Amino acid sequence: MSVLPVNDTSLWKPTRLLNRRVELAVKLIFGLFALVSVATTIGIIATLIFETFEFFREVSMVSFLTDSKWTPLFSSAQFGIFVLVSATVMLSGIAISVALPLGLLSAICLSEYASPKLRSILKPLLEVLAGIPSVVFGYFALLLVTPFLQSITPGLEGFNALSAGVVLGVSITPLVASLSEDAISAVPQSLRDGAYALGATKRETIISVVLPAALSGIVSSVILAVSRAIGETMIVTLAAGQHPRLGLNPFVPVMAMTAFIVQASLGDTPAGSLAYKTIYAVGMSLFVLTLILNIFSFWFVRRFREKYE
Amino acid sequence: MDEQMEAVLRAEQVSVSYSGSTAVKNVYLNIPRNRVVAFIGPSGCGKSTILRCFNRMNDLVAGAKMDGRITFNDVDIYDSSVDPVDLRRQVVMVFQKPNPFPKSIYENIAFGARINGYQGDMDELVERSLQQAAIWDEVKDKLKDSGLALSGGQQQRLCIARAIAIQPEVILMDEPCSALDPISTLRVEELIKKLIENYTIVIVTHNMQQASRVSDYTAFFNAKATETGGKMGYLVEYDRTENIFHNPQQQATQEYVSGRFG
Ligand SMILES: Nc1ncnc2c1ncn2[C@@H]1O[C@H](COP(=O)(O)OP(=O)(O)OP(=O)(O)O)[C@@H](O)[C@H]1O
Ligand SMILES: [Mg+2]
Repeated sequence: MSVLPVNDTSLWKPTRLLNRRVELAVKLIFGLFALVSVATTIGIIATLIFETFEFFREVSMVSFLTDSKWTPLFSSAQFGIFVLVSATVMLSGIAISVALPLGLLSAICLSEYASPKLRSILKPLLEVLAGIPSVVFGYFALLLVTPFLQSITPGLEGFNALSAGVVLGVSITPLVASLSEDAISAVPQSLRDGAYALGATKRETIISVVLPAALSGIVSSVILAVSRAIGETMIVTLAAGQHPRLGLNPFVPVMAMTAFIVQASLGDTPAGSLAYKTIYAVGMSLFVLTLILNIFSFWFVRRFREKYE
Repeated sequence: MDEQMEAVLRAEQVSVSYSGSTAVKNVYLNIPRNRVVAFIGPSGCGKSTILRCFNRMNDLVAGAKMDGRITFNDVDIYDSSVDPVDLRRQVVMVFQKPNPFPKSIYENIAFGARINGYQGDMDELVERSLQQAAIWDEVKDKLKDSGLALSGGQQQRLCIARAIAIQPEVILMDEPCSALDPISTLRVEELIKKLIENYTIVIVTHNMQQASRVSDYTAFFNAKATETGGKMGYLVEYDRTENIFHNPQQQATQEYVSGRFG
């Protein structure tokens, strides 16, 4: 075996100067693109804050938070945001009580029970569900689920939170399922082996070892799904109705926050009018709601994430 | 083997293949009660594979297939009437990498007892198991802390405590000290010698001194090339540890234990 010659400098011509320039150019270009997205976010938040500020110069914060009616377009306008918040919370609540069991069970099935073959069929199916446009879900709720629910629930009106919430739940199920599945698959096999080696059954292993180990990932997937549900517009506008009403009755029409924004934006709302500013105030409330959820999720993940090397 | 011992585990003509290619062939072994048996041999010769057959952990590996017969207390453990879950309660396993559950130290111990329907005083069982595993003094004030917050050596002793807690008959250990510092290693070895009064232990190790220090019997495995270009493990020699180290019958054993191998 011949040894490679050492220090034969004539063979090595590194292009250091050019490399440095290319590096710099690449850095600039990437930085520019990053700046565009950051600037967009800042712009949106700035507009929101500005218009919301304008809104509160005309409507007091106290009546915004305490009024029990939402009638911004009437002559005797009232701005009780909790009328809309109650509808959004109820819809998201129904949605997540559908999506959590459905999504989590499919995640467990996919990652722990399905054979590779079954998995290769089920997973794309789930992803197709995620790709259905929400307007399709909306009409599905209005034209199929509502009549069906009406046939088994006396007193259910044509527009209602129940049907919209259930379909909303189905629409966010793939999100819960695929993120939870990632969290479950990330649990090291050695933990499962540890449980099996003590005489645990598969069910005991999953419930007592795998799920707790994946808890932070599962919770953050659920919170992401809830924020998605809160911001979802088409389904709730189409199927839940446009009737601002305080309370948590799922059988009657309600108006979600996003549904109000749609309604107000569809009419001709002159820029600068109170109605126009109201849209921003509601938008800001939505933003705050999801922000709180995200902060909670961030905290929870940091607090409960288990580190395995 | 020179003395007639009561065998807890008995492997007869055991061969294991993964996805059709044979990993280890034709192993005959008796594991005597209340003794330590060490498995030594070069990497890839099938020590872990044979170990995993003893509590059917290989059932969980896709593509793994075993031929031959393994008995535990004279019952064929691969018989259709044997539930691997019941078997693993009596033949437990400690792994190379410490794998405490992401639970409190207390719950790590209590988990196995609970799933196996332990009816006695849980606090007492936890304390006794941790004491037996020589880790009680280090953790007694932080039983509520996560098992993952311990050092590697402490985690491994926690895993041993967790295994003892379900009061098995046999403890299988796959290179339990390979991730540990020399002091933790010595503590685990002392522990093994103490445990032997009540348990039977099979330990895989790459550390010759460890094998000679802790074991009563040693099995030397080796691998040979097959015609198809793969490697196939087999049992070269199985005898009392002092014979393996000082008076081996096989040339390969002699070379391996004296470090002149390969
Ligand atoms: N899960 C598996 N799938 C496929 N082949 C495997 C698997 N586990 C082990 N093998 C193969 O079986 C043979 C024996 O492996 P085994 O892990 O039993 O060796 P070992 O003696 O424990 O080695 P080491 O000392 O490195 O741990 C190897 O050739 C390995 O490639
Ligand atoms: Mg091994």
